Amino acid sequence: MTTVSERTGGPATGRAPAPSASFAGRRRPGEFLIKLGLRVAAGITVITTVGILIALLIPSLSFFAEVPVLEFLFGTRWAPRFADASFGVLPLVTATLWTTVIALVVAVPFGLGAAILLAEYAKPRVRKILKPLLEILAGIPTVVYGFFALQFVQGTVLRDWLQLPTGAFSVLAAGLVMGVMIIPTIASIAEDAMSAVPSALRQGSAALGANRMQTTLRVVFPAALSGIVAAVVLGISRAVGETMIVAIAAGSQAQMVSNPLDQGQTMTGFIANAALGDSRVGSLEYNTLFAVGLLLFLITLLINFISIRFVRRFREAY
Amino acid sequence: MSAPTTTPPRVIHASRPLATGRNGEMRPTALLFLLLLWFSLFVAFAVLITLLVTIFLTGQNKLSWNLITNFPSADPEEAGARPAILGSVWAIGTTAVLTLPLGIAAAVHLEEFADRKRWFNKFVELNVQNLAAVPSIVYGLLALAFLSMLGVTNKNIVIGGALALTLLILPVIIIATREAIRAVPREIRDGSLALGATPWQTTWRQVLPASVPGIATGSILALSRALGEAAPLLVLGALVYITFDPNGLLSGYTTLPIQIFNWTGRPQEGFHELAGATSILLLAVLILMNALAIFIRNKFQKRW
Repeated sequence: MTTVSERTGGPATGRAPAPSASFAGRRRPGEFLIKLGLRVAAGITVITTVGILIALLIPSLSFFAEVPVLEFLFGTRWAPRFADASFGVLPLVTATLWTTVIALVVAVPFGLGAAILLAEYAKPRVRKILKPLLEILAGIPTVVYGFFALQFVQGTVLRDWLQLPTGAFSVLAAGLVMGVMIIPTIASIAEDAMSAVPSALRQGSAALGANRMQTTLRVVFPAALSGIVAAVVLGISRAVGETMIVAIAAGSQAQMVSNPLDQGQTMTGFIANAALGDSRVGSLEYNTLFAVGLLLFLITLLINFISIRFVRRFREAY
Repeated sequence: MSAPTTTPPRVIHASRPLATGRNGEMRPTALLFLLLLWFSLFVAFAVLITLLVTIFLTGQNKLSWNLITNFPSADPEEAGARPAILGSVWAIGTTAVLTLPLGIAAAVHLEEFADRKRWFNKFVELNVQNLAAVPSIVYGLLALAFLSMLGVTNKNIVIGGALALTLLILPVIIIATREAIRAVPREIRDGSLALGATPWQTTWRQVLPASVPGIATGSILALSRALGEAAPLLVLGALVYITFDPNGLLSGYTTLPIQIFNWTGRPQEGFHELAGATSILLLAVLILMNALAIFIRNKFQKRW
């Protein structure tokens, strides 16, 4: 203790106050051990990423030893379990594209609309009620969404009410419900981005005679654009990686989807379905799971990096 | 772009109030815009209500004690979700035990002790952001590869599922905990250090107790996400017919979402009703957990 009081006596002599970090010079083994433990815990997150990469890469490498990469990426027939097996991943990719695009067509306008309403129009009290209600949508398990998509959207709305020529499954039903699931994701990030725009900009706009719509569309929206793009990009990544809705409602037949009323198997849908069959570790079937998983991981990783870039920009803006 | 050019410069009449701050708010386009905004929110809520109502209508017939006490069966009238309920409790309990210490420790390191300028810490930070957006099914593949590497042949064991769920929600808990810790004002730390506490004592006795409500809220929300998650467990082979109570970390198990998935895929109407009833049960538990999280946040969160 004496050393501490001697040292703290320092600043009184007129020197700049020493930063508290200077105490760290003292040996404290317990403290050191705890900090080491904390650092290890943080390091585990890195190990997880490395683990994902290794876990996906090793089986994928043995997969690509048997199936040429180009045939995998550009082949148009996906039939890994058939006698004349074919490993063209494009059917899975097109199905994923369909569900993702349909989901975005729903989620982007409605998500941004909700975000603008919450950020620019709603009074704090109204917002306090509406926001948690909207977030309930994000809390519903995806398997329940899948059940809803299959039973109600596909079975009742598309087939019985609208009389559309569609079977038991369709990428349309899966995409529509997935879009609703993503609305809160997009709404909440876009709202944060718009709330971060300084109100001086809004006041300036209002002082020039603009109404709230003009202020929102021409001042706030452009100022928050990078955050809004990040919200949409994150929405894309959620849609690409979503599994249960497509596994239940989009069907399990891998084919080049040309019509949203067709069924189709997405990348995630294939992994979920293939995992049901007990495949032997090291077999080509087992390795196929990881090759598709690797492609999925790389796509979402790329999307996330873009998103993080955009978020950085909007954070630094003001 | 059109509005300023089309309105000619007007002479301002004395009768027109200048400073209402509501100029142009009642224009048709502005009203239409507001209507569209409300419509987007309306669509979201309409789907939410439709979903809840249809699930309830489908499942109400099967909502009985049988659902909780009976084992799955080939006869939908007899079948229940008892092993799935217990399996969910086991899986989420194990996940909580694994995730909470790890996640909180990592968050404390990043927020209190890490030097932001060091490349390692920057990397960890970027990494956590990235991990939070990795599709859940990839975590299933990771756990699958890990268990295969250890030579485990039957991968449908509680600890395997908990491992996948832990990796899945770890970034969520880290991010929530960091925010809670960040909300504790600097002055608390400075005060503690000035009184002679070491950095760790400051963290343990001042910062962490002050951020418990935030951490608890974030953790409950993360665990509720794990409870509703099915994809990674599906990869690990949790879609099995279980007619016993799971009783340990190495026990076989199935969970509520997997049970719903299973019953959804059956052709008989009776099983769809069971899937609906199980969904009601799962949603009720999730709503309770969320309500608890919101209650903790509102009741205990300090405003500095």
